[in-house]
Amino acid sequence: MSPAMPWAASGGAPAGVRARGWGWRHAGRKAFAVSGLDLDIAPGERVLLLGASGAGKSTLLHALAGVLGAAEEGEEQGELTVDGVPAPRARGRAGLVLQDPESQIAMARVGDEVAFGCENLAVPREQIWPRVHRALADVGLDLPLDRPTAALSGGQKQRLALAGILAMEPGLVLLDEPTANLDPEGVQEVREAVRRSLDRTGATLVVVEHRVSVWSELVDRVVVLGAGGGLLADGPPERVLADAGVRRRLAAAGVWIPGWHPLTGDEVGNDAGRVLRPEAPDSQGELLAVPLLLADGLAVGRSSKAPPVVDGIDLTLREGHAASVTGPNGAGKSTLALTLAGLLPAVGGRLDALPPLARGAATSPHRWRSSELVSRIGTVFQEPEHQFLTPRVLDELEFGPRRVAKLSEKEVRRVVDGLLDRLRLDRLAGANPFTLSGGEKRRLSVATMLATSPRILVLDEPTFGQDALTWAELVRLLAELLGQGTSLLAVTHDEDFTAALSDTVYRIDGGRAARLEAAL
Amino acid sequence: MSVDILTPDVANSVLARANPVAKLAAALCITLTLLFSVDWVSASVALACELCLVPLLGVRPASLAKRTWPLVVAAAIAAYSTALLGVKAGPVWFQLGPAVFTEHSVLTGVAIGLRGLAIALPGVFLLLSTDPTDLADGLAQKLHLPSRFVLGALAGMRLVGLLVDEWRTLGLARRARGVGTGHSPVARFRAFLGQAFALLVLAIRRATRLAVAMEARGFGGVVDGRPAPRTWARESSFSRLDAWVVAAGVGIAALAVGAAVVLGAWNVVWG
Repeated sequence: MSPAMPWAASGGAPAGVRARGWGWRHAGRKAFAVSGLDLDIAPGERVLLLGASGAGKSTLLHALAGVLGAAEEGEEQGELTVDGVPAPRARGRAGLVLQDPESQIAMARVGDEVAFGCENLAVPREQIWPRVHRALADVGLDLPLDRPTAALSGGQKQRLALAGILAMEPGLVLLDEPTANLDPEGVQEVREAVRRSLDRTGATLVVVEHRVSVWSELVDRVVVLGAGGGLLADGPPERVLADAGVRRRLAAAGVWIPGWHPLTGDEVGNDAGRVLRPEAPDSQGELLAVPLLLADGLAVGRSSKAPPVVDGIDLTLREGHAASVTGPNGAGKSTLALTLAGLLPAVGGRLDALPPLARGAATSPHRWRSSELVSRIGTVFQEPEHQFLTPRVLDELEFGPRRVAKLSEKEVRRVVDGLLDRLRLDRLAGANPFTLSGGEKRRLSVATMLATSPRILVLDEPTFGQDALTWAELVRLLAELLGQGTSLLAVTHDEDFTAALSDTVYRIDGGRAARLEAAL
Repeated sequence: MSVDILTPDVANSVLARANPVAKLAAALCITLTLLFSVDWVSASVALACELCLVPLLGVRPASLAKRTWPLVVAAAIAAYSTALLGVKAGPVWFQLGPAVFTEHSVLTGVAIGLRGLAIALPGVFLLLSTDPTDLADGLAQKLHLPSRFVLGALAGMRLVGLLVDEWRTLGLARRARGVGTGHSPVARFRAFLGQAFALLVLAIRRATRLAVAMEARGFGGVVDGRPAPRTWARESSFSRLDAWVVAAGVGIAALAVGAAVVLGAWNVVWG
């Protein structure tokens, strides 16, 4: 073994992991993210790592990848080794793929991106390009090496990230929710790429994911981390996932377990919609509900100069009704939602706010002033952080009613106190929105929109990356809003969400919108 | 949808085939030389030579004009203001109320304008004919700048493209919250500042995540207290063409200085 490169020597042989009393406390935090962990993973094992949010799954993965940082970034206890070498010194033996496709691509072109890790490990040039070709074949990316990385879809970017680590020939592949931001096609692409490459290399796999069904067939072991340290369960998936006690605890931790529905429990949730909205309108009731917003031959696009992304859209949003918009990535779903929400101008056709919605304002929602918009149509963006305006949860909720709608101080208090209570944000009122958990951020971003009581709520992928608890909470809240007469429009890939809530489904594909049969 | 600034459409031209380091050297040679003197001779000689090289760029003159017109406008403004406000020496050429244009001030203005263009054009040529990845390869492999710095900057540029997209989304997301209600310039400026700050926060978070992802792939590794050795998948090499490029840079600079000195126009800015 060359002393200069302790990692490069062991090639692609599967790596083993060993933890003894291991723990890590991030600098500036009181509690340990992980503590007292004893775990052995044999070379070639494929492990699904589960646990409540905050149980330290990502911390463990980052530690195994050797990127937790030096002593000043936290405090370590016990030992954690990869092939008998302390994890930070085993860099290059493990390859890590993260959740956000945009934040892990460093280079401008596909080939350079895959070669990047090899270069860093000082692999000789003549060996790099064969590795690049093999890695791209493993993940099924049949693209020219000079294709700009910016031109890839989310699923392709994640497969590219996977190829980038496979080219390093790691003995240990670490995946941290690699499919949480992807549409169903993207999820499948990435999973099959992982399967193919592991079948060829035999590398050890540790994957963190709260949607168990994505990986349960591919892994041979499930490890559940306890929130208080140590392991809650450990064993083959069929045994761990069949254990009633473990299922209960996983469900309580927000893990998506196969055969268990967040709304109906162990009975599979075909009837989730009925459970949620026993008095939901039937197809005749739909026609009786008050129409609010009418699109007639509407064309939408990001710019009036470019040709429209979607054309000929006919739809009506009605009081107390929910519509879902589905379709592949890049089909123009979000553009449609932003146009209906009055944030982008229509590029053709008609979009009319009917009198019950307009209430004296202009017919075209895009021409409304902000103060008119927030009390008529609310829009919840995919990324809650895009909509945070203040450094405090309380200020965030007060912003709309006080500064935009200009309600009286008494009204502001009433609205905000009601929301804090209803969305269980009271405990967090003084916190900085950016420090909240993913589920809390989602609750807050919905609450800020509800604060000005819009008649229509537009949501862009509201359930992306959410755990089962947040999911159920959100769906219940939206069902309640429907009951109160709010109209919902959700852009979503989430079939459970559509099944639970939507009265009407529109599918967008190839520049056209088609109405599918009613979901209920 | 993000704006891709890292993979520009570089035409397959003579200049595009040259090594970016050679182009950089040639451009610096011309630019630094012209900085020494304000005179219309050296500036116009250099500018004329540069314009002769436009065909090697593989960009149609119309398209070049489209991309460089702001430079031309800036140069014209600089020329006009110098003619208007410069030292009033020599015969008065014309006068319009309080505005006096003398021979000296007008010639200085023309020199300033031409010089500005002659100094800026080599940089424009470099940008239009160079893929940033090739430039990074050249800087790290040929000039031996630290790879950590060069590749970090390259990865950072990719994020700049994403930020353009993020700025648009932020604007819509904040409008949905009711930001930008006021029509007064002050309210607009405040909304702009808020959005810029939000973008900064998002950019820092994204950059931090990218840094972790790069580190996980062995980037910036340290072995025995020194930067870990690194190889390069793409070799940056010099060819005969690069010698010509450097020679052209030196030649243009020499011709410009020579002509100015012979005609007695050479006019060193300081000293």
